[in-house]
Amino acid sequence: MKLLEYQAKEVLASLGISIPLGKVARTPDEAAAACSELGPVAVKAQVPVGGRGKAGGIKLAGTPDEARAAAAQIIGMDIKGFKVPLVYCEAALEIEREIYLGFTVDRDARANILMLSAKGGMEIEQVAEESPESIARLYPNPWRGPLDFELTQLVFEAGLGELARPLTSLIKKLYRAIPELDAVTAEINPLVVTKNGEVIAGDAKLEVDENAAWRHKDLEQRYGGVVEGDPYEVEAKKRGLTYVSLDGEIGIIGNGAGLCMGTLDLVQRAGGRAANFCDIGGGAKAEVVENAFAVILMNPRVKGVLMNVFGGITRGDEVAKGLVTARDNLKMHLPLVVRLSGTREEEGRKILKQNGIEPGANAWEAAQKIVELTGVRAPQGAR
Amino acid sequence: MSILLDSSTRVVVQGITGREGTFHAEQMQAMGTKVVGGTSPGKGGTTHLGVPVFNTVADAVKATGANASGIFVPPPFAPDAIMEAAAAGLALIVCITEGIPIQDMIKVKDFLRGYPAARLIGPNCPGLITPGAAKIGIIPQNITSPGPVGLVSRSGTLTYEVASALSASGMGQSTIVGIGGDPVLGLTFRDVVELFEQDPATTHLVVIGEIGGSDEEHAAELLSRGSRLKTVAFISGRTAPEGKRMGHAGAIISGNRGTAKSKEEAFQRAGVAVAETTDQIVGLLR
Repeated sequence: MKLLEYQAKEVLASLGISIPLGKVARTPDEAAAACSELGPVAVKAQVPVGGRGKAGGIKLAGTPDEARAAAAQIIGMDIKGFKVPLVYCEAALEIEREIYLGFTVDRDARANILMLSAKGGMEIEQVAEESPESIARLYPNPWRGPLDFELTQLVFEAGLGELARPLTSLIKKLYRAIPELDAVTAEINPLVVTKNGEVIAGDAKLEVDENAAWRHKDLEQRYGGVVEGDPYEVEAKKRGLTYVSLDGEIGIIGNGAGLCMGTLDLVQRAGGRAANFCDIGGGAKAEVVENAFAVILMNPRVKGVLMNVFGGITRGDEVAKGLVTARDNLKMHLPLVVRLSGTREEEGRKILKQNGIEPGANAWEAAQKIVELTGVRAPQGAR
Repeated sequence: MSILLDSSTRVVVQGITGREGTFHAEQMQAMGTKVVGGTSPGKGGTTHLGVPVFNTVADAVKATGANASGIFVPPPFAPDAIMEAAAAGLALIVCITEGIPIQDMIKVKDFLRGYPAARLIGPNCPGLITPGAAKIGIIPQNITSPGPVGLVSRSGTLTYEVASALSASGMGQSTIVGIGGDPVLGLTFRDVVELFEQDPATTHLVVIGEIGGSDEEHAAELLSRGSRLKTVAFISGRTAPEGKRMGHAGAIISGNRGTAKSKEEAFQRAGVAVAETTDQIVGLLR
C-alpha cells in the first residue's frame, strides 16, 4: 500500500521525525481556513504517484483566498489516473539545503538498501546517473538493523559529516519503519535543513508491504480507502481479484500474472488492444470466474472478452462451469473466446460446447479470433 | 540426468497434514517421488499418506535421511520453515507458499548465508519437476515428458503452458524449475542456468522471464560468455503498462534495467533467440 504524503508524514512524526506544520483540506473552504491558521502555504495534491508537481498539483498560496482558489483547482483533478481526493496545506520552510534520504528493497542484493546524498531534490535520479558516488549506500543487517558506526560512516561518506549527530539519529528513526511497519520503500526528498539548523522532512513517500497487511491491520484501517483510484480496480479489490485497467477494447481473464501478461502480448500482436485484465489465480473456483467476468464487464469500453486459462491446480471443468453461469447470470452478449488447457481440459471444453461456447484451439488463435470479432462492428451476439 | 532433483532425492514435506500439503504430497508420490516423511508440529509419531510424520525437520532428517524439502505452510510460518530446513542440513528447499512478507524473506536470505549448501527455490513458485523421475511442488506431471530441454521460469502458468507445448511437439524436458515471482527469491535465473550448463543431459534451454528486477539480465550476461546450450528466451509483459511509480529510490538502484526491452536486448546480445509470444518458443528451439 502506497501512503499519501500527509499519511506518510503522520507516520514519520510518530517515529519521532520532524515534519512541517500542515493541515488536510477536503474542500476549498478548509484550505482557506488552513491558510489563515498557518500563513503562506503550499497546497499539495494527495495522490499515490510521482510527478504531481509537473501535473499542476502543487500551488503556492499567500492568502486564504489564494488557498481556496488553489484547492478548488486541485481537488478532483486527475493525476496519472488518480482523482485527487484532498489537498495537504503545508507551511513553507526556510530552506538552507536539501538532502536525499531513502531506503528500498534492492532486488539484486536481496536486501534493504539505505541511501543518503547531499544532493537532494528533484534531480536525484540524474545525480544517480551522472555521479553515483555522491549517493552513499548501506545494506543494514536485517536482524539487528544499522549500527551507530555504520550510520556515521554513511553520513561522512555522503559528505554530511557536520550533520552527523542529527542525521544518524534521524536515519535510525526512519529505519524503524522496516521492522515496525513492514515498509518496503521510504523516501524523504528533500530532507530540509532550515536556516536555523533544524532537519525537517520536506516531502515523504512510504510504501508498506501488502503481504504483511495481516500484521498491520491498523494501518489499513487508518489509511486504506482514502484514494479513489480507478473505480473498476477498487471494485475488483473488494472482490479479492487482481485487476488492471488499460485503454483498449478487449477484456482479458487469465490465471496467473505471467499468463495474463503473455495474453496481453498475444492480443497486441494480433492487432488488438486490451481494455483490462483480471487474474483469477490458481485453483480458481466457479464463483471467482463469475466475479472476474462481472468486474471485466463493468467497463463499458469492453467490446469482447478473451479468457485464457491453463489449468495446473485450476480445473478446466470448474472454470467452464463458472464461465457458463457468469454468462447467463450477467446476460452477456458480447463476443467471447475461450482458450482452456491443462487439468480436465476435455471435460471443460465439453461443458463449453454444450453451452454454445466454442473453445479456441490455442492461445494465439484465440487472440486472433477475439480481435477479429471485436474489430468488425459494434457488439455482436456471442453465439 | 537432470539438475537438483532425481528419483533418489529423499523428500520431507513440511506441512504434510494440511489441505495443500496432503493434496500435493499425494501427487508427488503418484509420480514416484521418494517422499520419506512429513512434518507437522504436535503430530509427530503419527502416519499420513503412508509416511511417518515428525514434529521437526531435524527429527525427520535423523529418522529418514531426507535431503530435500517441500514447504506447504501459510505465509506467517513459511519463513521459519525455510530456516528450519536449512538448519537441519537439507540441500534443497522448495517453498511453494505465496504471500510471504518481503522483510521476512530478506531475513531468511541473510540467515541462509550461514548455510551455503542449502539451495532455496521460491517462495511463491510452482516448484520443480524432473519428468519421469520426481517432483517437489505443484507442476502437473501429465504435461511434462522426459528429454533434453531445460526450462526455467518466473511464472507458474506460463511454465505449464510452455512445458505442455514442448511435450506436445516431442521435445521432452530434463528438469523444469519455477523460481517464483517474488522480489526476494532463493535461486535466480543465473544460478539455474549455470546448473543446466553443467548437466550433460540438457542440450536446450528455455528461459521464461518477466518484467521487473534484473535477474534476466544477469542470466543473459552469463550466457553471453559462451554456452553449449541452444537457448530461447521469452519475457512476458512487453506490452504491459509501466507501473505507477512513486519516489526515486527504485530508479536510483536499478536505472533502466527491468523493462522487457532491456531484458530482450540483453538476451539478443548474448546470441539467444527471443520469442515475442509463447507460441513461437518451440519453433525457435528446434
